[in-house]
Amino acid sequence: MDIEYFLELFFSGLTRGSIYALIALGYTMVYGIIQLINFAHGEIYMIGAFVALIVAGVCTIYGLSGFAILVLAAAIAIIYAAAYGYTLEKIAYRPLRGSPRLSPLISAIGMSIFLQNYVLLAQTPDFLPFPRLIPSFAFMDPVAHIIGSPELVILITTLITMVLLTLLIKKSRVGKAMRATQQDLSMARLVGINVDRVISLTFVIGSVLAAIGGVLVASYIGQVNFYIGFLAGVKAFTAAVLGGIGSIPGAVLGGLIIGWSESFAAGYFSSDYEDVLTFVLLVVILIVRPAGILGKVRKQKV
Amino acid sequence: MLSLQNIQTYYGNIQALKDVSIEVEEGEIVALIGANGAGKTTTLMSICGITPPRFGEVYLDGDPIHELSPEGIVKKGVVQVPEGRRIFPDMTVLENLEMGAFLRTNKRQIQQDLNYVMTLFPILEKRQNQLGGTLSGGEQQMLAISRALMARPRVLLLDEPSLGLAPLIIKQIFEIIRQINKENNTTIFLVEQNANQALKLADRGYVMENGRITLVDSAESLLANDEVRRAYLGI
Ligand SMILES: Nc1ncnc2c1ncn2[C@@H]1O[C@H](COP(=O)(O)OP(=O)(O)OP(=O)(O)O)[C@@H](O)[C@H]1O
Ligand SMILES: [Mg+2]
Repeated sequence: MDIEYFLELFFSGLTRGSIYALIALGYTMVYGIIQLINFAHGEIYMIGAFVALIVAGVCTIYGLSGFAILVLAAAIAIIYAAAYGYTLEKIAYRPLRGSPRLSPLISAIGMSIFLQNYVLLAQTPDFLPFPRLIPSFAFMDPVAHIIGSPELVILITTLITMVLLTLLIKKSRVGKAMRATQQDLSMARLVGINVDRVISLTFVIGSVLAAIGGVLVASYIGQVNFYIGFLAGVKAFTAAVLGGIGSIPGAVLGGLIIGWSESFAAGYFSSDYEDVLTFVLLVVILIVRPAGILGKVRKQKV
Repeated sequence: MLSLQNIQTYYGNIQALKDVSIEVEEGEIVALIGANGAGKTTTLMSICGITPPRFGEVYLDGDPIHELSPEGIVKKGVVQVPEGRRIFPDMTVLENLEMGAFLRTNKRQIQQDLNYVMTLFPILEKRQNQLGGTLSGGEQQMLAISRALMARPRVLLLDEPSLGLAPLIIKQIFEIIRQINKENNTTIFLVEQNANQALKLADRGYVMENGRITLVDSAESLLANDEVRRAYLGI
């Protein structure tokens, strides 16, 4: 087997996987704290991509350069997505806190459908071209057949994002409050943590990550429509479950596994199988290790 | 100092506390004893705002606190060591202690209190980088008490600190509770099924049955009370 081809697949899988991981983090962090699968999370990603598209369109009119547009579009997409995530939790989930677990789940599915259709009606059902905002670096030319400039930018961005997230959670005061809330919500309240604020913050952080993913993917793939959040969401959710939902390293691992298996399956067999493979993997893991690869089997609380 | 006036707390439609009134004076140790399901834990959770009372009031130094949020109540200096210790399992001993001081900002005072709890329980210093979930039951109880002390409580609420511990450890824990009360003049409200130990430590006691207070007296009188002896002391 040709080593260069293998490396090309490896890096393309890594790139996809890191994006899945970025989105999966939002599912897993929310689940870790309120045991809710936020089905509308993929739509936040999609909205991030759309906002970036609109900003990029406006910026192009004013003649800004590609990289400046990327940064500006990403920044505004992040702000929008954060606002959507915050509002989503406030109107669709918070009023249902304390009701049976199925209620917020149904609300989540409802919000997902609502947001898809909102964008469908406000924009268009067709795919819209997204400008290629990531520039080609000359220094990447010698290896461009293995890993291109866009892949490099995506990998570096996701890496930096994940390092920052880890530092935030491990070291900062709010990060500690988030971990405490995840480990024991009512005990967190007993030490004086405002858990409502922590939950809001978790949605905001997850949405920021999703928006970063949305902008990167859109400028990489080159097109967006109202439905892109669905498939990305399903894959990222699968990644989160695969790695062990609630576990942050698990989400990253799950994302990478799915990215690689898709990329290698498409490269060595046929791209027809790449989506199927994701779910075959999920089923196998759930049979062998129902809590996911890094997931903990929760002990009953005393 | 802490005053519960005709508290009624519900879980959905089920009433768990019926007209509970309790007074705890500054510097006192007061015990609340009762059988399983009597409503002792609910009483503490009602004071802390986790299950706020539907009717009735809670006052601290004459100020109503029953409409405050749990963090507002912690800020006022009412801090609980809950039943089952509830250590954050995936945080280190040191991080658990830091969480106890979550609402405080004075770094120097927090460090002082950290040193203080580590002299109370030297084992915590040895275990400071170990995950909370890996501690023994006794060590977890010591950590739970220390975590509460890190908030500099004016009133310390303890829910069955002796639960599941060996007699020697229980003795040590109760000794420390007495010491905390003496050294810092911290007011103590103690919930226990271990009525004998609790009443030996306390100044006064309340007896709770089916969500109602049925008896209030000095600890000595309760220890001598025939009914109490039969029902709670197994004599
Ligand atoms: N979350 C809840 N939902 C419904 N009912 C509850 C809940 N928590 C407690 N109860 C009920 O309220 C009553 C009082 O419970 P509580 O835990 O306060 O008792 P307790 O005196 O602390 O008992 P124990 O000594 O076993 O800890 C019990 O009848 C219990 O079944
Ligand atoms: Mg109890």
